[in-house]
Amino acid sequence: MEKRELVCVACPLGCPITVTLDDNGAVTDVTGNTCKRGEAYAHTECTNPTRMLTTTVKVEGGNAYVVPVKSANPIPKDMMFQCMEVINKASVKAPVNIGDVVIKNILGTGVDIIATNYAD
Amino acid sequence: MLNFDLAVVGGGPAGMAAALKARESGIEKIIVLERAETLGGILEQCIHTGFGLHYFGEELSGPEYAGRFMKLLADTDIVVKTDTMVLDIASDNTVTAVNKKDGLLKINAKAVVLAMGCRERPRGALSIAGCRTSGIMTAGTAQKYVNIDGYMPGHEVVILGSGDIGLIMARRMTLEGAKVKMVCELMPYSGGLTRNIVQCLDDFGIPLKLSCTVVATHGKDRLEGVTIAKVDDKLQPIPGTEEYVPCDTLMLSVGLIPENELSKNAGLELDRVTNGPRVDEYRETEQKGVFACGNVLQVHDLVDYVTEESQIAGLGAAKYIKGEKVTGKCVYTEGINGVRYIVPQRINCETDADVKLYFRVGAVYNNAKIVVECNGNEILSKKKKKLCPGEMEYVTLKQSVISTLPADSKIIVRVEA
Repeated sequence: MEKRELVCVACPLGCPITVTLDDNGAVTDVTGNTCKRGEAYAHTECTNPTRMLTTTVKVEGGNAYVVPVKSANPIPKDMMFQCMEVINKASVKAPVNIGDVVIKNILGTGVDIIATNYAD
Repeated sequence: MLNFDLAVVGGGPAGMAAALKARESGIEKIIVLERAETLGGILEQCIHTGFGLHYFGEELSGPEYAGRFMKLLADTDIVVKTDTMVLDIASDNTVTAVNKKDGLLKINAKAVVLAMGCRERPRGALSIAGCRTSGIMTAGTAQKYVNIDGYMPGHEVVILGSGDIGLIMARRMTLEGAKVKMVCELMPYSGGLTRNIVQCLDDFGIPLKLSCTVVATHGKDRLEGVTIAKVDDKLQPIPGTEEYVPCDTLMLSVGLIPENELSKNAGLELDRVTNGPRVDEYRETEQKGVFACGNVLQVHDLVDYVTEESQIAGLGAAKYIKGEKVTGKCVYTEGINGVRYIVPQRINCETDADVKLYFRVGAVYNNAKIVVECNGNEILSKKKKKLCPGEMEYVTLKQSVISTLPADSKIIVRVEA
């Protein structure tokens, strides 16, 4: 049995969470969280940690230089830099709208990279 | 002279929420004056997510959060003037502004909402020895370079101050290929949200050096390095602990200051701790009909709370314009024993709703109790597992309780460790 102390990053409240894992690394108990999101975070953080990725993509033919993008869902934490490489090689043509898919299914993660602002 | 019911100074999250709430509360003629070319304020460059979890129940980026309010505004006939600088607010609430298209604007408003936001403490406020090399900038300036202008301001970075923008920029620079060597924090605790320490520093193995500061910068044209040193409990550098750290960029994230030049010129008294105007429960300042909300009033951690506060101010302004706002005898709030300040600073005894008291503590407390009392009687108490200066706290006072308090009495909020 192992106890792990985490700080939840699901929202800015940052609840201190204690996770109990059994000998096979499976989560048996989560305490300290104040919402369901926290429980879900504790599970993924101890089994397959993920993070939201936010960055910018070059804009072609517009007034803006770059447009901000985010992963539509969290991506595996250890793939952040690989995803950044792909995103930094990409560009979009203006105009761009909030929610436009900039890169579909990045590196086979099943997660799209979408625009989070307008660019014209 | 233009005639409006309500003039809102600033079109960031605070100004937009206040204007929309006033409209929802039945105010017809509203104008929003914004200095930048677009609405949205600082959210436009805050491309990370985490905005809106409380207000929308979704994890949005800054531009998305602002975009929601911009869309709501666009669906109304609220007048928005961007690229417009407000110069003065007179004692009769006449607002003077200027822009390229209209020239000088005089706006006669029944009520004014101040929503100018805040600015970063600059290098000049720190007195660090060294030449005026390039490569020294505030974290927010670097954020604009990277996220709006699309270029990297440096490759090897030291960050001074563990405010949230500094932490966010540590991650942002790292993702873009820069080497962030460390974050130095003068205090023995972080100034930012714990979640940002976890996901911006710990995730990337960036060290956070507490009780540590930058004492000198080196280089002539471009920054070549900084000297850091540990500080003692009086925050003074300890001789012999100096260490040279090569870097080409020093980012400062050393605090935010409410931007109150207009408020000061209008003769408003500022709270010595918050650096914002002193307000009542509807965020009305000491000048009748002038309200303040968002970071101009007190620096917030979360935009969700800015929105909440601005809706209170918008509602208050609407009540004032309609002649429905209670004014009269007040009770006054004061933070002691670790509670640094309280917003609002006064509450009308006959207020018509429950009032949340917002505050920050001056140190880190574990398993502490927040106690609210009046004339020696405990009104309420709330247990907290953890209290830290980087996170704003609040307690809610019931209207039924407020109405029983004697006029002019003091409501004391304190920490019991």
